[in-house]
Amino acid sequence: MEKVSSAKDRLLKSGQDWLGGEFRGKALVILCAVIMISATIAITIFLGTKGLQSFIKDGISLIEFITSKTWNPTDKANPKYGTLPFIFGSFAVTFLSALVAAPLGIGGAIFMTEISSSWGRKILQPVIELLVGIPSVVYGFIGLSVLVPFIRENIGGLGFSLLSGTIVLSIMILPTVTSIATDAMGSLPGALREGSFALGATRWQTIKKVLIPAAMPSLLTAIVLGMARAFGEALAVQMVIGNVKNLPSSLLDASATLTTIITLNMGHTTYGSVENNTLWSMGLILLVMSFAFILLIRYLSARRKL
Amino acid sequence: MNTKTADRIATGVFYCIALIIIAILVSLFYYILVNGLKNISLDFLTTPSSNVRAGGGIRDQLFNSLYVLVITMVIAVPLGLGGGIYMAEYAKPGKITDTIRSCIEVLASLPSIVIGMFGLLMFVNLTGWGYTILGGALALTVFNLPVIVRVSEDAIRSVPRELKEASLALGITHWHTIKTVILPSAFPTILTGIILASGRVFGEAAALLFTAGLSTPRLDYANWNPFSATSPLNIFRPAETLAVHIWAVNTQGLIPDVEEVSSGAAAVLVLSVLIFNLLARWIGSLIHRKITATK
Repeated sequence: MEKVSSAKDRLLKSGQDWLGGEFRGKALVILCAVIMISATIAITIFLGTKGLQSFIKDGISLIEFITSKTWNPTDKANPKYGTLPFIFGSFAVTFLSALVAAPLGIGGAIFMTEISSSWGRKILQPVIELLVGIPSVVYGFIGLSVLVPFIRENIGGLGFSLLSGTIVLSIMILPTVTSIATDAMGSLPGALREGSFALGATRWQTIKKVLIPAAMPSLLTAIVLGMARAFGEALAVQMVIGNVKNLPSSLLDASATLTTIITLNMGHTTYGSVENNTLWSMGLILLVMSFAFILLIRYLSARRKL
Repeated sequence: MNTKTADRIATGVFYCIALIIIAILVSLFYYILVNGLKNISLDFLTTPSSNVRAGGGIRDQLFNSLYVLVITMVIAVPLGLGGGIYMAEYAKPGKITDTIRSCIEVLASLPSIVIGMFGLLMFVNLTGWGYTILGGALALTVFNLPVIVRVSEDAIRSVPRELKEASLALGITHWHTIKTVILPSAFPTILTGIILASGRVFGEAAALLFTAGLSTPRLDYANWNPFSATSPLNIFRPAETLAVHIWAVNTQGLIPDVEEVSSGAAAVLVLSVLIFNLLARWIGSLIHRKITATK
């Protein structure tokens, strides 16, 4: 039970530590902000120095690392550290999944904002939120137990393929693309629509000729954010893509990405060995790419006109 | 082609897209629940997992997931809330604020595997702890911090200006106003955001692979001493969470009943996330009703 005291007492008493509380409070929140900055800097510095070790200490050439097609770190006499197949795999699944998810996501966004907003809000919005909530391992598990056998039996190949990875990733990035695209379309001024309708344009003409061009930079931002997520996704892709070290020659070939190789090998290589160091260099590539995606998004939002 | 026909075709296409998205969700949930629910039983939830034999449960993994979530939130919520208060109330427009904003953006866009690698470097090797719950929770904090900062900043910013001005006009200091006026009013939104973020943390696996590890020591649930090695509450023990377990049994497991275990575990995971979502909505609207006295 709290002690009951008069308002005057409480005001007088709280007056004593107001100054202290004021200073303490500000110091506390500034500390939180400083922790955030230092976490970001620490991540960049730690992963940067660790990722560069394979080039500086182990003397692997950067050009060879990025452009060579042979990955054979366990060969004692002549180990090869070419990561081109994995870099190619990462970019391939990223672009292909964006290619699938972008029309679906933007279409869904247009459905929600232009075609049927009541249905959109009542059904599609919760659907998107639930899709965001499904953990990535569950996507991977379903891909592994449904998609992989389906592709093996009906389309061909082993089932573990670039195609499976692409499909799983497209579904995973669909909610990201849709929700940001919906915000973009929803924030367009109504005058654009009214003006277009008043000129006699149909709804489709308005969407195609007025709304999509006006929202273009934001829609591209939505796609880039989806791609950033696809590029960094690890476990779901690892479960369905097959993880082989060769360059894939078709969509049905098994492949590997930077993230899947890191996931697979980080656990059973010795910390500090050359092979382990090259995994950290791949991590550094992921870090650099995520900076690149941020710069791309900044560039796009600077071009936003509305 | 007539423009009217084109318009009708386009409308049809958009309906199709919406239906495809809904169909994807429905079939995913149908698959998870139909296959998963029949494997969930009290026995499944309360027996420890097995590495080689069939019939293992998910008792330890479920406990670990919840425990890692709690520890993560204990660290991340005060930090994120502090960051949010700073950004909404104290930050002045300028270089420093821009830098902090960029940092949040960078943290938010880092792939979780990269955060896991950072955790491995920092909380596993540098500190010499090995795979620990604390290391996992710290990695998840990094992963989760930007979300909580953003949620609390938005919530604080959306508190009506008049409330703050009235409090300041009464001669209350800034910090005291934040503590007694702004935070209580922003609380429902912040809570909703935190519960939604919890769902994300609960299902996260990539950041935990190299920080909390792929194994759980034999646990004695009667031992409540947090410093004992067999106690479930010990934060310096390795802990395989539910999401990591699903990945591990599918990719490197030897058990014959992979399908049953992982579909059961996946259903538990999805149901938990679903509960987090519903809870967030329910609590949000409940508190909103209580505060604004609307029906």
